[in-house]
Amino acid sequence: MYKGLTIIFGFLFIGEILSEVFNLPIPGNVIGMILLTFALLFNVIKLEDVEREAEFFIRNMSVMFIPPGVGVISYWGLIKSQAVPIFGALIISFALTLILTAKFVELLRGGER
Amino acid sequence: MNALGIFLTIAVFYLFSKLYEKKRAFYLNPVMLSIIAIASILHLTGISYETYMESAKILSFFLGPAVVSLAIPLYKQREIIKEYSKQIFAGIVFGGTLAILSAFYAAKLLGGSESVLLSIAPKSITTAIAIGVSEKIGGIPALTAVLVILTGIFGNAIGIEMLNAFKIKDRVARGLAMGVTSHGLGTARIILDDELSGAVSGLAMALNGVFTSLILPYLLKLLQ
Repeated sequence: MYKGLTIIFGFLFIGEILSEVFNLPIPGNVIGMILLTFALLFNVIKLEDVEREAEFFIRNMSVMFIPPGVGVISYWGLIKSQAVPIFGALIISFALTLILTAKFVELLRGGER
Repeated sequence: MNALGIFLTIAVFYLFSKLYEKKRAFYLNPVMLSIIAIASILHLTGISYETYMESAKILSFFLGPAVVSLAIPLYKQREIIKEYSKQIFAGIVFGGTLAILSAFYAAKLLGGSESVLLSIAPKSITTAIAIGVSEKIGGIPALTAVLVILTGIFGNAIGIEMLNAFKIKDRVARGLAMGVTSHGLGTARIILDDELSGAVSGLAMALNGVFTSLILPYLLKLLQ
């Protein structure tokens, strides 16, 4: 277990360092994810050394979003004063992007079959 | 009351997860219901958000290793992702641009203020990138963070149901659309349904974050 955790937190840490040192707009965790993917592809890291620990984190990702979600209430005043454009735009943009992007990719995939 | 926030979050989430297991209806989404329930509990008891966050923030800290962990489904699905890399990249450019334009213009049509337009434009990308982008283009970073989370909650609560309603069966298309639209919260949900869709969603979330942070400043110059 500690081997897997060392790898995961190690890549997170490396990602954070790179993000800060090079002043990148990409957060450390995304850089860490990209680097770990390459480390697996080039056999620097073995899948079975991190698989169990990684799957635990991924399976439980939903609960990690609850505290910042509760934080939305702190900004209620700001949201309320512009409620119509904010919620209207969020809903319209969400539905359009989700469905049209899915249809677009499905079309591209169908065209090549 | 050191353990208050973490106990409250886990206990409430546990109860709503049990309920969701019994009846899988979209309006019983445990993330959405937990946020509403906890916000209500804090409001009714007068406990401050800061007191709650003292220990609850430990949970959000694990988003860091969780995002790094998305490398594992990506690696395991590498053959399929390589096979469809062209469609995946085209989908990110299409979806990433559409997410920005549709949010910007819908907010403008509905009478949004300048700062709302700029804060809502990066709402489909992961929080940490969105905050940085918002700052760069003159939005309100705190408002952007809230809008990112709300967009994510939509994806987590009804994304899969909407894809089903529109009869989108292609697993690559489903994952890509979720990741591009609803970043980590969408990924967290779809990966429980299907590992391939989840892997594509995690990849789309990462690449769309990079894509949006690169094009948004230039896109806004054209729009304004």
